[in-house]
Amino acid sequence: MNGVNALLPYDFSPLTIASYMLVLMFYGVALLRMPASERPGPGRIITFVLGVVMCYAVMQTAFDYYSQYMFFVHRGQHLILHHLGPFLIALSNPLPVMRFWGRKIPQRALPWLAPVRLSYRVLQHPLVAPVLFVGLVYFWLWPTIHFDAMLSRQLYWVMNWSMLLDGLLFWWLIFDPRSPYITRALGYGKRMLLLAVVAVPQMLLGAWIVFSRGMVYDVYEVCGRAWPLAPETDQLLGGLLTWIPPAMMSVLGILIILRRAMYEDGRYPKQAAALAQPSGHMNT
Amino acid sequence: MPTFVSGTRIAVLLALLLAAFALAGCNQSVSEWHGKDISNLMPPLEFELTDTQGEAVTASDSAGQVRLVFFGFTHCPDICPTTLARLSQAVGKLPENERERVTIMFVSVDPNRDTPEQIAAYTRFYGDRIAGVTGSEPQLRQLVKRYRTTFGYDEPDENNNYNVSHSAGVYVFDVGGKARLLLRPDLTVAQIRDDISALAQEHRS
Repeated sequence: MNGVNALLPYDFSPLTIASYMLVLMFYGVALLRMPASERPGPGRIITFVLGVVMCYAVMQTAFDYYSQYMFFVHRGQHLILHHLGPFLIALSNPLPVMRFWGRKIPQRALPWLAPVRLSYRVLQHPLVAPVLFVGLVYFWLWPTIHFDAMLSRQLYWVMNWSMLLDGLLFWWLIFDPRSPYITRALGYGKRMLLLAVVAVPQMLLGAWIVFSRGMVYDVYEVCGRAWPLAPETDQLLGGLLTWIPPAMMSVLGILIILRRAMYEDGRYPKQAAALAQPSGHMNT
Repeated sequence: MPTFVSGTRIAVLLALLLAAFALAGCNQSVSEWHGKDISNLMPPLEFELTDTQGEAVTASDSAGQVRLVFFGFTHCPDICPTTLARLSQAVGKLPENERERVTIMFVSVDPNRDTPEQIAAYTRFYGDRIAGVTGSEPQLRQLVKRYRTTFGYDEPDENNNYNVSHSAGVYVFDVGGKARLLLRPDLTVAQIRDDISALAQEHRS
């Protein structure tokens, strides 16, 4: 697998490719058509595209092949799908793009979207979101479930998509650009607390994998590795990738939120809160 | 609509979510198989390979047989010899009428070194119910991808010896070619025999 082959999908998924193309297309069209005053700057556009391209790359290139047959590459894949990619996408603040398309939805269709809105609110509830975020990591790493997910093509796709969608939901909740001072967005203290809360169980899981003496995930043993790497090394590297980078991203997230909270502190006097319009901006 | 997403509703939904997780964890129904049941996880047997006579062979050529598919290479130092010996012993312990409905398929994933003659000599050593097959690398890649496994080569040393990573599991397909079981390397000969025997008997019903 080299050259052009490395960039081609190992397991071609038309639905996945179509989804990524649609996302980029919707983003691009909105950029071109929206008023210049709302348009994100080049830094934000690059951050968004980088996040999208990273997620695409781990799903539809040779990276996916190695993810299927090496535990540590698989952990790297989920690190990008559940953490890094959505982190960048949410941080790039695509709110103006979402507003642009939101305004295109006809009034008549709005009542039909109520179930979507309700499920979104439930998923983004500050008690549900962290449980879902950590729960999915534990669920797909449950040894028997992990075994099935790696054996079944359908389950494998469900696993990767669920990680990506949940990552987007969670990091959007954290980096929601609307200020909690003037909108109903989640408060900065709660956001930092969520980041700290989700880091701990992930660290425990990673440490457990690292320090396990036996093979926790024998599916890679049973189904063959991409190259002859010692199983212990594979498990150790995979455990470290589950343990350290997610914790570091929580710390980074807390720092970003902290900076935003300090920046906004005192900017919105209480009496102005009722009058102010919700506005999206990014301080990073 | 703040009343619509009241705290109680959220709590109920949260409880349901947790219950769903708990159920998913408990839903490991007691299996009568020693091997891992893969009935709903993998597609039916399908391949185009070459047998030890150099003839093209497909899955339909062995239809009506319980097929135990194992990937390996003849220079394999440990996994392949032990697996083939154990499979062969398990099949040897079956009654005659069941034994003739079972084929062990040894798929060599090292076609550069393993010639059909070499594979024939290798499989003959382990018993008469073993069919050795191999193919071009693209054919083999297609087959291993279908069964969510792979193989890889180490860098060859000065004597052109190299190690090959491959699946350690045995994929079991029933007489209709449906994927049924994945035998992990830690099963005993008796456990393998029980599973194969049950599948070979399905033929009659």
